[in-house]
Amino acid sequence: MSINDLFNKPLKVINAGLLSFREDLDQLGVDAIQLQWKPPVDVDSKAIEKIASNRDRTDAANARALNIVLEGKPMLTGLDVAEKVIPRMRKNLILHSGPPIAWDRMCGPTRGAVIGALIYEGMAGTVEEAKKLASSGEVEFAPCHEHSAVGPMAGIVSASMPVFIVENEAHGNVAFCTLNEGLGKVLRYGAYAPEVIQRLKWMEEGLYPVLRSAVERLGKVDLKNIIAQALHMGDEVHNRNRAANSLFYRTVAPAVVETAPNKEAAVSVLDFINGNDHFFLNLSMPAAKCCLDAARNIPCSSLVLVMARNGTDFGVQLAGTGDKWFTGEALVPDALFFPGYTKADANPDIGDSSVTETVGLGGFAIAASPAIVQFVGGTAEDAFQYTMDMYEITAGENNVYQIPYLNFRGTPTGIDVRKVIEKNITPFIDTGVAHKNPGVGQVGAGVLSAPMEPFRKAFEGLARAMS
Amino acid sequence: MVLKGVTKRGVYYDSVTLMIVSKRINEMEGVTDSSVVMGTRENKAILKAAGLLVPEFSPATDTDLLISIKAGSEDVAARAVEEAETLLGEVTKKQGRQSASAPRSWTQAMEQLEGANLALVSIAGRYAAAEARKALEQGLHVMLFSDNVSIEEEVVLKSYAKSKGLLMMGPDCGTAIINGVPLAFGNVAGRGHIGIVAASGTGLQETSSIISNHGAGISQAIGTGGRDVKKEVGGMMFIEALKALNNDEDTHCILLISKPPDNEVLEKIAVEIRRVKKPVVAIFIGGNLEQVRRSGAIPVADLEEAALVATNISRGEDVQIVKEKLTERENEISVLAEKLSTGRKGRFVRGLFSGGTLCDEAQLLLKGAAGYVWSNTPLHDDYRLKDPWKSKGHTVIDMGEDAFTTGRPHPMIDFSLRNKRIGEEAADKEVAVILFDVVLGHGAHLSPADELVPAIREATAAAPGLLFVCSVTGTDGDPQNRRNVIQQLENAGVVVMRSNSAAAMLTGKIIQNIAR
Repeated sequence: MSINDLFNKPLKVINAGLLSFREDLDQLGVDAIQLQWKPPVDVDSKAIEKIASNRDRTDAANARALNIVLEGKPMLTGLDVAEKVIPRMRKNLILHSGPPIAWDRMCGPTRGAVIGALIYEGMAGTVEEAKKLASSGEVEFAPCHEHSAVGPMAGIVSASMPVFIVENEAHGNVAFCTLNEGLGKVLRYGAYAPEVIQRLKWMEEGLYPVLRSAVERLGKVDLKNIIAQALHMGDEVHNRNRAANSLFYRTVAPAVVETAPNKEAAVSVLDFINGNDHFFLNLSMPAAKCCLDAARNIPCSSLVLVMARNGTDFGVQLAGTGDKWFTGEALVPDALFFPGYTKADANPDIGDSSVTETVGLGGFAIAASPAIVQFVGGTAEDAFQYTMDMYEITAGENNVYQIPYLNFRGTPTGIDVRKVIEKNITPFIDTGVAHKNPGVGQVGAGVLSAPMEPFRKAFEGLARAMS
Repeated sequence: MVLKGVTKRGVYYDSVTLMIVSKRINEMEGVTDSSVVMGTRENKAILKAAGLLVPEFSPATDTDLLISIKAGSEDVAARAVEEAETLLGEVTKKQGRQSASAPRSWTQAMEQLEGANLALVSIAGRYAAAEARKALEQGLHVMLFSDNVSIEEEVVLKSYAKSKGLLMMGPDCGTAIINGVPLAFGNVAGRGHIGIVAASGTGLQETSSIISNHGAGISQAIGTGGRDVKKEVGGMMFIEALKALNNDEDTHCILLISKPPDNEVLEKIAVEIRRVKKPVVAIFIGGNLEQVRRSGAIPVADLEEAALVATNISRGEDVQIVKEKLTERENEISVLAEKLSTGRKGRFVRGLFSGGTLCDEAQLLLKGAAGYVWSNTPLHDDYRLKDPWKSKGHTVIDMGEDAFTTGRPHPMIDFSLRNKRIGEEAADKEVAVILFDVVLGHGAHLSPADELVPAIREATAAAPGLLFVCSVTGTDGDPQNRRNVIQQLENAGVVVMRSNSAAAMLTGKIIQNIAR
């Protein structure tokens, strides 16, 4: 290249800064576009230096971590009861979504779900008893993520709940997730009315044994394959799971019919799966989780392995910082609300389902899902731009999950916290919205950009881990 | 009196946009003071000093917008906030012309604008070097308008650009004309065969305008930023630009403009000049002509002469014609000075400039008549004004310097400080002449005479013997139209000279005549 090249071609300008300069160029008929520039995040300058001086090491560590994530082979291999399979699970332990939190700081929906779980477990007879027990210290709480599990919304897992077992065949690690209850008044949105508990009981006694036998019959179900196909069919497997659910249904239906004790049992199970478009969410989540967990503890890696919210805090974990949580205040999503509800009713962002975005699905793959663009401003162009923005903060592109609209380009995968800080762009997340009070349930669905605070802390934490 | 503060989280607007909004809000009835700024530490300090800081602002960061209103009533304050939001909304709409597709990174921008070849960077200085670097990495030539970029960063950027064969104009490069397009604060000059390399913004504007006004034209006018010819930077881009113009077929004559370079740097430039096969005209404002002559370039004494000599050469005319024109200029000035010296009351000149190089040139040309003059950017350090807000004796100030521009737009855009100063100088009975510049072009105020004339008329009414002398840098192709601006100023009784050089020379002669 030489300066003289510039003289011999029409001038085409990218303007970063004063808008008036671009307007002048417009007037002069010069091709010019405006860069939507934002200042980088205000982080400790020593951390910036430290991270910069380790650039090559981090690049190499990220390449390794991303490769592990992309290699992951999530297989549904069975179902069992939480207490029997989840590591360190016990009767008086309740798992919840997001980073660690004590009862007194828990948001409404999480409290509601804890109350429901204690009643479901028979540890409390009434709501009042449940509240008392929950605050007594006799019941312990821990994040799902610290027990190889994930849970949508409140993410409550108690000892006798049935869970999916998803194995990462490439690395041998396992992830767990409860079965999805459906929409509306459900435990994960903080509801605990008798019908909520009844449904949970039916899931334990009716759904679980039938599905367990069916999966046993199949041996295993390849979840990566289903997700990859679903992306071609308009899902992003977070807020839309209709295609994935249909594929899953098609896969298990013959085995359900074959192994169910009677016709009624088979029909009720198949009807339940068919009638709940989000049934597959509780499979896309552990599928993502087991791929990400395999890349833990890679020194210097700035790859985000956990993004999770408990309705109060938003927590992040990195491949290069072990089990350390970096947290910040969870924000209230922009949402479309069910009739009768407004943003004033909404609880701050909640749930482990952002594990899908962490692995390159959900909001990161929203350009693959035109059917849900009403959540993001209404045009396919908006959805496209959100996905394009996520390429700015990811370490690479997915080798299996693709976006048809982008000529089958791989989804943006592997959030690099360095890029989040430098470009001042936070991950874009699809989400459901819970009522802020316990006992109410879901009030809407929408999207949000993650808060910067946990990423800023994670960036500084990574710098500390390097020294 | 109420003070109302509103924070808008996670939004970002450039400083000029915000200053325009602030100005409109301040003009609202019932609003005593207001500020619309990003929540940087510096801005919060400014708000605090102005009594506009509210406790709610303390957690705000660089990407939070702060609206602060001091007003007579709660009602007015609320309306002012609403108005600010409306004005900002309009800006967002304008930005949003490309809406969802607006690029958020250089890579995205490169994908969207196929064949992009130049980045114009004017974001806040502390972020500017990093963004310029990213633009260079994309293979873009860069014009870095921002100042407050360290000289170390400048060296790194320019070394990198040089290694990639890219042009790195600036930091603090206010103007350039590339392929006929005026960039940032540029004038609409005709295209032609004179190539300019300038480590001086208004020097470039003045010469390119004069060349154009004389019917010749510019092939390329490259700004380097004023520090390029300092020892640390070593004239890196000055020399690269000179080489590029030497290789450019459309350039027949090269004009170099700068303050006197560091000696080592001058030697390097001289080596390069000797290699150039085309005529090179050079002006090192305040330097000595012998240095230039030794470098192999044609020496000239002032900016107008530089433009005239370059015009002459590019046209292939006889050198004699320039000499005649300069003699003619001298005679004109003498006659005019004689006429204007009578009836003056005071004896001092007060120069109020918006262009840094024009201010330097005026000081130089006044030196013969008035000796060193007081300034905030003096020729000799002994003559530095302790307080740039107060003139004494003969004073010539650059109002584009930091003391006058922190937290407010440049005097080429916002005339309020200069108008205020005109009033102050007029109140000083010892002042005979107010000398000033008016710089036109893209980026500058669209109707400068409308701003200046009322202040001049008021000053003339208060001090009937006071004389106003100025020049207008620009062309009739500029959005303001030079001819119209001159007409308006002359109607207000201002003596408008053909160049900054001529205006300063005339003023010098008048001062001399008065002293006699």
